[in-house]
Amino acid sequence: MTLLYGRGYASVNYPTGMNLGGDPSQALIHATTMGGFVVSLSSVDLGQGLKTVVAQCAAETLGMPMENIIIDTADTDTGPHCMGTFASRGTHRVGNAVIMAAREARDVMLQVAGDELEVDAGDLETDGTGFVRLKGSPETKIHISDVALAAHFKQGRTISGRGIFLKERNYPVPETGEMDPDSCQAHACSVAEVEVDDETGVVTVLSLHNAYEIGRALNPAMATQQVEGGAWMGVSHAVFESTEPYYPASRDHGPIDFNEYLMPGPGEIPVQTSVILERPASNGPFGAKGIGEMTANAPIPAIANAIFDACGVRLTTMPFTPESILRGLDALRA
Amino acid sequence: MKIVNLKVNGVGKAFIAKPETTLLLALREQLGLTGAKRGCAQGACGSCTVLLDGEPVVSCLVPAVTVDGSDVATVEGLADGDKLSHVQQAFLDGFATQCGFCTPGMIMSAEALLDRNPNPTRDEVAEAISGNVCRCTGYEPIISAVLDAAERARL
Ligand code: FES
Ligand code: FES
Repeated sequence: MTLLYGRGYASVNYPTGMNLGGDPSQALIHATTMGGFVVSLSSVDLGQGLKTVVAQCAAETLGMPMENIIIDTADTDTGPHCMGTFASRGTHRVGNAVIMAAREARDVMLQVAGDELEVDAGDLETDGTGFVRLKGSPETKIHISDVALAAHFKQGRTISGRGIFLKERNYPVPETGEMDPDSCQAHACSVAEVEVDDETGVVTVLSLHNAYEIGRALNPAMATQQVEGGAWMGVSHAVFESTEPYYPASRDHGPIDFNEYLMPGPGEIPVQTSVILERPASNGPFGAKGIGEMTANAPIPAIANAIFDACGVRLTTMPFTPESILRGLDALRA
Repeated sequence: MKIVNLKVNGVGKAFIAKPETTLLLALREQLGLTGAKRGCAQGACGSCTVLLDGEPVVSCLVPAVTVDGSDVATVEGLADGDKLSHVQQAFLDGFATQCGFCTPGMIMSAEALLDRNPNPTRDEVAEAISGNVCRCTGYEPIISAVLDAAERARL
């Protein structure tokens, strides 16, 4: 038995969003009587952190603390329209819609505050801690809770804003094939190191080194988490899990639960290092691009290339099982 | 049907259980403790992990009527007021969570490990949480957080 060492790399371009018949997301914001800002969305947070990121976008644009933002993703039947959280589009589409809505709400907030302070709304600014104040004269200020009370009970106004981000449908130029199917593209490169056991065919992923260019990382901790958690999924796709060849045609055979569906556990994870490069996208919310799905993609071809480097077997079908490695080695020896 | 008495997080509780009522179901639906999660309901994901007389168990496979008189610890009982346990604080500080679904089970497995082995190696931590599935983090931040919690407990 020999353990064969190999190293491989892969680079990916990944589109943010998609090109259906137009790709919109909408956001509505309104202030409560207490000065909270409810951001109503139909965009679903499955645990990826969308609520956190769009709350950051709303807080930053309104000039209010994060604690004042209430994200309500209650109901896709009754909420403002969203195409969905897929295609790595959430942060980009929903973030842009929220910024647009927050700008409109901010304008009304400043007008209400201006009337209360008897100054021009254009001379007002926010201090980020909950106050609206006069530029150059910071003692002339009013707290958002008083602004909201005045709007509701004195001025009879709704502090609210509407936002929609629409990526319009784009058609290819027939002569050249040229088109604009997405809003921007993120880029990544992963380097994988593997060990291949030439007797059992087992592939062990030793390490993954990832570099991601994602526009701006709106929440660096979550972006890094996404890169490394996604890379784990990539390792899983590459050497562990498969529902093939049964899914989706039939669920009568093949894995149906965690006992049969193999995934790497905490004892089988590679060492990872990750670098985030920020090159803000002009059409992204504060420059962000989508990072969701691509994080599971780059590791797979990198691992395939590392296997080739280790033992000369070129695999193109996932997962790279011990059987496929051994058959490949046999073919090389034949 | 049987009346089951448990000490849950130090407090005596009684409830009526059918033969098929699992400990997980009783905790979540009869005692209102929704920290333990129902991921697979077949003992394979660990999201329902609680401590039964100090030992980690997958509560979805424990019929409640079989544990009458036992001591049960869930994630809700770890904090002392606002003061989180070392494991909880280390998870928070180390961002060892993304969607959070696996977190209560992970934390209970980690608490059980540190109870019996205050100085675990990396491999021992990986072993201790190997019955807990996480779909988000890639496990690395979780392992680091458990090692960090062990470190905090030593100080
Ligand atoms: S719900 Fe108990 S192990 Fe999955
Ligand atoms: S944080 Fe989502 S499953 Fe572990």
